[in-house]
Formats: sequence, C-alpha cells, structure tokens
Amino acid sequence: MTAPLPTLAAIEVPGPGTRPFVSVTGLTKRFSNGVTVLDDVSLDLARGDFVSLIGPSGCGKSTLLKLVSGLSPASGGGITVDGMTPENARELMSFIFQDATLLPWRTVIGNIVLGLELEGGTTRSQRRAKAVELLGLVGLSDVADHYPRQLSGGMKMRVSIARALATRPKLLLMDEPFGALDEMTRDHLNEELLRLREEQKWTALFVTHSVAEAVFLSTRVVVLQAGPGRIRRDIAIPFPFPRLPDLRSDPAYLDLVGQVSQALRDICIGPKGGET
Amino acid sequence: MKRFLSQLGWPIGVFVVVMVAWHLATKVFEIPAYILPDPLRVLGAGLEKRANLFSAVRISAAEAGLGFVASVVGGVLVAFVLAQSVVIRRCMFPYTILLQTVPILAVAPLILMWFGSGLRSIILIVFIICLFPIIANTTQGLISVDRNLLDLFRMGNASRAQTLSKLRFPHAIPNFFVGLRISSGLSVIGAFTGEMFASSSAVGEGGLGYSIIYANSQLQTDYLFALVIACAALGSCFFFTVVFFEWLFLHHWHASAMRPDPE
Ligand SMILES: Nc1ncnc2c1ncn2[C@@H]1O[C@H](COP(=O)(O)OP(=O)(O)O)[C@@H](O)[C@H]1O
Ligand SMILES: [Mg+2]
Repeated sequence: MTAPLPTLAAIEVPGPGTRPFVSVTGLTKRFSNGVTVLDDVSLDLARGDFVSLIGPSGCGKSTLLKLVSGLSPASGGGITVDGMTPENARELMSFIFQDATLLPWRTVIGNIVLGLELEGGTTRSQRRAKAVELLGLVGLSDVADHYPRQLSGGMKMRVSIARALATRPKLLLMDEPFGALDEMTRDHLNEELLRLREEQKWTALFVTHSVAEAVFLSTRVVVLQAGPGRIRRDIAIPFPFPRLPDLRSDPAYLDLVGQVSQALRDICIGPKGGET
Repeated sequence: MKRFLSQLGWPIGVFVVVMVAWHLATKVFEIPAYILPDPLRVLGAGLEKRANLFSAVRISAAEAGLGFVASVVGGVLVAFVLAQSVVIRRCMFPYTILLQTVPILAVAPLILMWFGSGLRSIILIVFIICLFPIIANTTQGLISVDRNLLDLFRMGNASRAQTLSKLRFPHAIPNFFVGLRISSGLSVIGAFTGEMFASSSAVGEGGLGYSIIYANSQLQTDYLFALVIACAALGSCFFFTVVFFEWLFLHHWHASAMRPDPE
C-alpha cells in the first residue's frame, strides 16, 4: 500500500485575507552577552499546521520556542499568536519539555491536573474527571496513582503530553519531546501524537533532531542554520492525514526524508564551511 | 514501616556486642571502676539514681527540644526571606554564616550576662547552634528549583503564591530534612553546652550537662557513664524522630527517603 502522491490540493493554503494563527516577523534575539542567536526570522503558522524546526545544535530552536511562548523577550521583530502578544496568549498555549518535567511529589493524576489547578475555576472532582479522560487518551489509566519515579521514560512523556493537553491548548510548543526515548517508543508516540491531533485540532511548533520524525509528523519542516540562527529552507510535507505507520516505508516519504537530510548537510558544509 | 523497624535491628545488635566486649574487658584486664566501670555497674548506678537521671534527661530534652523547634520556625522564616531575591541573599547570607563560624563558647558568656542563668539562656544557645543548618539547607531547596519547572508554572500563569506553595515548598522538603537531621544532633550538644554555662545549680534542676560535671567532680564514674549514655540516647531519639518524619513525608516520591541512612 502506498500513500497518495503529494499533490498541491493536500497542502493547506490559507485563503487570502486569512490571518496566520502564529505570525513571527523579522524576529531577532540577542542575549545580554552580545551573542545574536536569532537573526531576522520570519515564520507563519496557519491554524492546524504542524511545523517542525530542525537544525544543528545551538542554532536557536529552543530560543525560538521560548520567544513564541513569551518566556523570553524578543530583541527585535514581532510575534503574534491568534492576534495577541505571546504573554497574553499563554492560555492558548502549552509547552512540552524534553525531560518530562513532572512534579516528583505528585502522582500521575496530580501532575495532569496541575494546569487546570493553576487556571482556577474548576472543582477538584471536575479536574479529576478531566485527568481520567486524558489518561485514557494516552493509555495510562492503569498508573493513575503512581508516582513519576515508578514510570518509564515513555510513560513520563505521555503524562507530560496529557498534562499539556488538559488545558485544551490551541498551540502546542514542543522542545525535543521524544529526544531521550528509544526509537520504537518514539515511533509509537509519534503515531499517538497524530491521533490526538486528529481529535483535538491543535496547531504545533515542534523541535526535533530526527529528520524521519519531522517528516512523519509535520505539514512543514523548517530547516534552520546556526550562527546566527536563520531559516534556511521551508519544506512542505504534503501527505494527507491521518498518517498511518506504513507511511514510513513509502518511497515518497523516504524521498522527502532524503531532501530534508540533504538540506541539513548543505548547512553543515555551508558557505562558512565546517561543522557548527 | 516494617522496613524502617528492620533497619534498627543491626545497630541494636552492634550495641549488644559492644556491651558484652566492654564487660569482658573490665573483667579480664581488671580495670579499676573509677577509670572504666563494668557496664553492669553503670546500669546499677543509673537505676539507683534513676530519679536524678530521669529528671536530668527530662530537663535536657526540654531545652534541646524547645530550642530545636524554635530554630526550625526561625530558620524556615529566614530561609523564606532569603529565597525571595538574589539581592537579599547577597546582603544577608554572609551574616547567617557568622552563626556557624563564631564559636558558641565565645558567645555564651554574653548570653548569660544578658539573659541570666537558667532555661531561657540555654534554649537561646540551642537555638543559635541549630539555626544555620536549617537556614542553609532550606534556602538551597527553595532556590534550586529546575528552570523548566519554573517555566512550566509561568506558562500556566501561576501566581507567586502558587509557585511557592505548589513548587518551591514541596521541592525544598528534602533539603529541609537534611537541615533537620543535622540540627537534631546539634540540639543536644547545644543543651549540654548551655548547661555548662547557664545551668541553675539548685538540686533537681540540672540537666545532663550539669549532672555530668557534677558526677565528674564527685568521681562517680559509673553514674557519669550512665549520664553519657543517656546523652547519646537522647540525641539518637531526636535524630530518629526526624528520620521517621522524613520517611513519612518523602517515601512516596523521594529516593533518599526510601532508606533511612544516617550521615
Ligand atoms: N540565556 C542565555 N544567555 C546567553 N546565551 C544563550 C542563552 N540561552 C541560549 N544561549 C545560546 O543561544 C544559542 C542557541 O541556543 P538554543 O536555542 O538552546 O539552541 P538549540 O535549541 O537550537 O540547540 C546557543 O549558542 C546558546 O549558547
Ligand atoms: Mg534546544
């Protein structure tokens, strides 16, 4: 079985006059030590986009996510999320970190309700019901009352995903969420993430080091270069959703993986030469 | 709980072995009783003077306990203030180190001069001795929270109070207990030191420290040993009470609390 060949119709193109959901224009970030990490980065995400950022270490991927989330201020340029500044749009966003960053003194359920608890306006039993529902979605109903130290890396990451989704975000920011997992667990979680996306229709900005993962998940893969960080390529991945595991052996998929890998190699032996 | 109790089996075994060896040593080498009395004689002296012994233990326990509790309250409050900002820490932390570096023996005469002899001064000395480990460890716990966790709370628009109660305080509990462990042992030393300076000498009012000095001056070596053992027992009681609470609060989630290992 082969997935349909990429067609233009499969690419989501916002109609004229449609405001992009996330808009990054001429973004610059300079740290107090004078190093410019991001230089004139512009990037738009339409509603429903799944955009992966890929590039050499230190090219500013994490920094870009921090700026979009409003955790760190920009030095120049602008960011809007659903027409708002990042700080004001926090309620629409959830952040998923590489290490699951769970609270070790809380059970799985306790961790998932954290966001709702901070938000306020819900009763304990409402929050618990919501958490139980999410646990079902990520397949962790059995370990609801376990503590994080009793879980495997993959399970912790599922909890982290459930926690992020509990507040019904419109935009998910993920910084190498599966970077520390073995390949089988990673593939499995990739498929689950896409299933959750089908159900919940969020937009995603996703940082990864894995080309295969980026192509499998994304509507677009953005390749960044380092020193200073700039967007080098913006490659559309036109396979329709839902995407099934056997997409991974599809020649068109493998071809795109090859293209993105080539784009990455071009950067590393780029005009400046040498590894960054 | 079972595991906790089973941990006590080994130290108790060691205690029995040491006692038997001690007993045999005094018999075999014919050591005179005023140098090293037989443990049975020590036991006898303790039983004979049990009224004095218990009142001495009670007084020292009260001094050490009250001073310790005061230092926990005071230490946590100071740690809380220090944790608020880097500027406050830079300004104040050097002064908290003075608590550690100025020998209490140097300060004790001043305290005695200001507050007179008796319970108040002794408790104050215990308080001063116990304070620093609690301040230092609790502050460390409050400020060493993982960056990502702080970012997570910021993403959730957490208030300062929420970040404190749901993140910083729970995170600081293991460090807080490290401080408690150290101070629980110091509290008995503090009471002992305090009594050397500030004990009221009326009969039946002296704690262990005072009684030890007195027994020493009377060459009651067997009773002296009973007092020293009571001192050690009191310190261990304090320490293991802390370890028990540590286990109670932390064993669900924290690796170090799964086995009570004394430092
Ligand atoms: N707070 C900071 N102060 C100064 N430099 C920083 C800071 N955070 C990150 N950097 C620098 O910015 C560059 C990009 O970092 P980062 O965004 O983490 O890269 P990536 O996630 O792509 O690996 C790195 O060279 C890093 O050293
Ligand atoms: Mg990074």
